Amino acid sequence: MAKRIDVSDLDIFYGNFKAVEGVNVSIEPRSVTALIGPSGCGKSTFLRSLNRMHEVIPGARVEGKVVIDGQDLYGSDVDPVDVRRQIGMVFQRPNPFPTMSIYDNVVAGVRLNARKMKKSDLDDLVESSLKGANLWNEVKDRLDRPGSGLSGGQQQRLCIARAIAVQPEVLLMDEPCSALDPISTLAIEDLMTELKDRFTIVIVTHNMQQAARVSEQTGFFNLNGVGQPGRLIEFNPTEKIFSNPDQKATEDYISGRFG
Amino acid sequence: MTTTAPPRREAPEPEAPAVRTRRRLPRFGGTALFVAGLVVAGLLTALSGWSWGLFAVYGVVLGSLVTYVGSRVVEGSRKATDRLVTCLVSSAFAIAMVPLVSLVYTVVSNGITRLDGTFFSNSMVGVVGEGGGAYHAIMGTLIITALATLISVPIGLMAAIYLVEYGRGKLKKTLTFFVDVMTGIPSIVAGLFAYAFFAIFFGPGVRFGIGGAVALSVLMIPVVVRSSEEVLKLVPNELREASYALGVPRWRTITKVVLPTAIAGLGTSVTLAIARVIGETAPLLVIVGITAATNFDPFDGRMATLPVYAYYQLTQPGVPPQFGIDRAWTAALVLIIIVMALNVVARLISRFFAPKTGR
Repeated sequence: MAKRIDVSDLDIFYGNFKAVEGVNVSIEPRSVTALIGPSGCGKSTFLRSLNRMHEVIPGARVEGKVVIDGQDLYGSDVDPVDVRRQIGMVFQRPNPFPTMSIYDNVVAGVRLNARKMKKSDLDDLVESSLKGANLWNEVKDRLDRPGSGLSGGQQQRLCIARAIAVQPEVLLMDEPCSALDPISTLAIEDLMTELKDRFTIVIVTHNMQQAARVSEQTGFFNLNGVGQPGRLIEFNPTEKIFSNPDQKATEDYISGRFG
Repeated sequence: MTTTAPPRREAPEPEAPAVRTRRRLPRFGGTALFVAGLVVAGLLTALSGWSWGLFAVYGVVLGSLVTYVGSRVVEGSRKATDRLVTCLVSSAFAIAMVPLVSLVYTVVSNGITRLDGTFFSNSMVGVVGEGGGAYHAIMGTLIITALATLISVPIGLMAAIYLVEYGRGKLKKTLTFFVDVMTGIPSIVAGLFAYAFFAIFFGPGVRFGIGGAVALSVLMIPVVVRSSEEVLKLVPNELREASYALGVPRWRTITKVVLPTAIAGLGTSVTLAIARVIGETAPLLVIVGITAATNFDPFDGRMATLPVYAYYQLTQPGVPPQFGIDRAWTAALVLIIIVMALNVVARLISRFFAPKTGR
């Protein structure tokens, strides 16, 4: 059920400010695609435009095309809510719903959308999602406790479980490990490797080792100067990016000789 | 004296200690100095004829002065400044407490005499002198306030949701401005508004409970809007985004994520808004009036309410006046108790409904 994403001539705006310009890329299904680049170059903005979360911000808009398996996400007849049901997202800071238990957090996507489901099916869904997120063994005895009582790494995995419980086709991750310790990071990286059999994963990261470890394809974003839009400088297989990149800027960034 | 004081530490080791030790006042030294200043102030006041106001002024000035000088001599200037500011801040707090304590004391001591069963079970029908109660006024206050709450909470809450979740640009700014203006409306204006409004339909001289509820709503809505708005703003945006990212529509995000997260604060804000309007007198005087009998029907005829009841018992106490005045004080006491109970309820709400973080 993983799908291919084709982006063509995508410009992303905040009001009148053009944040990202002219992105052309195609993201392979059943793989991990990493986006790297300096802060403020538009990686997260680009990621958020892939499931129409970008337009939640007042004044934000997008020009260009994002096509998933032949369907244009920004077509006039497409409901952003449907898009987000197909394309899940995990955020930088773990954000479980504080009023809900661990169980309710996992089934939040089902419950909040008022889909009717039998109790036994819900139980199965919780178990499979938590197992998928590598959290089941740690929380199976306290599913009714509040999700905000977990540690940071566990909360982030809970958020991943919540995102995969709605069975999306694509999973977007916006620096999912930036607030986590190396052990939790490792757990989540292992998780990505497992999940890519089923999902198309796009991850934004500041950690180049992480990009090198988990991804098949890597995109490098950069901007020419303050106040100018970010661009996708290079998009290539990860090995190529990290050994023999096409662009000088990519090489400078990766080797730390930047700016 | 500070400069000539011998060093307290005998230093056997040649190198200087890492942390310099300083002379300090004993544990309650600061308080003792302040009290000494107070005693001097008391003596000074007694010399020129006793007066509490004079004593307070002398006490604060002399107490702070003695503490400052004493501390400066012993501990040095930085510590002395610290103690001086502590003295001034504590004195300001004590002075602020005076009217509150005095008010509560007066109301309780005057109102306690009639705080009996009769007061809670009888109305004023046929009562001229002794006896009588405020059953009708208590019920009236509860009914009218409940109706006002029923009107203002949905409107106020939805307005707050609009302002936080949907409002954009100029319209939002204008609305916020007018809500702020409404917060400052004098209560008598709200009463006159309700009177004028209902007089159009029912002719001049209209008096009924629902009119009072409408007048109170005019006062209550802006309070509910403002406080709910602040509470809703506190809900982290990340939770909304998490919900949107799961493909949950906005209205469901609001009802299932935002409101439950904010429920404790919303409960508190509503309770405090009720406490704010329950003691309003002027609008009820205009549109609800007063009656001696119990009237449960807010759509028909005058009703008694506690503040208006207290007002009439005090201004038209009858002969002999003492019984009426006693009833007025007790009505005031009951009102204070109700408001206090509401505040306690607000605290309980925020404690029990707050999102749990326990492991």
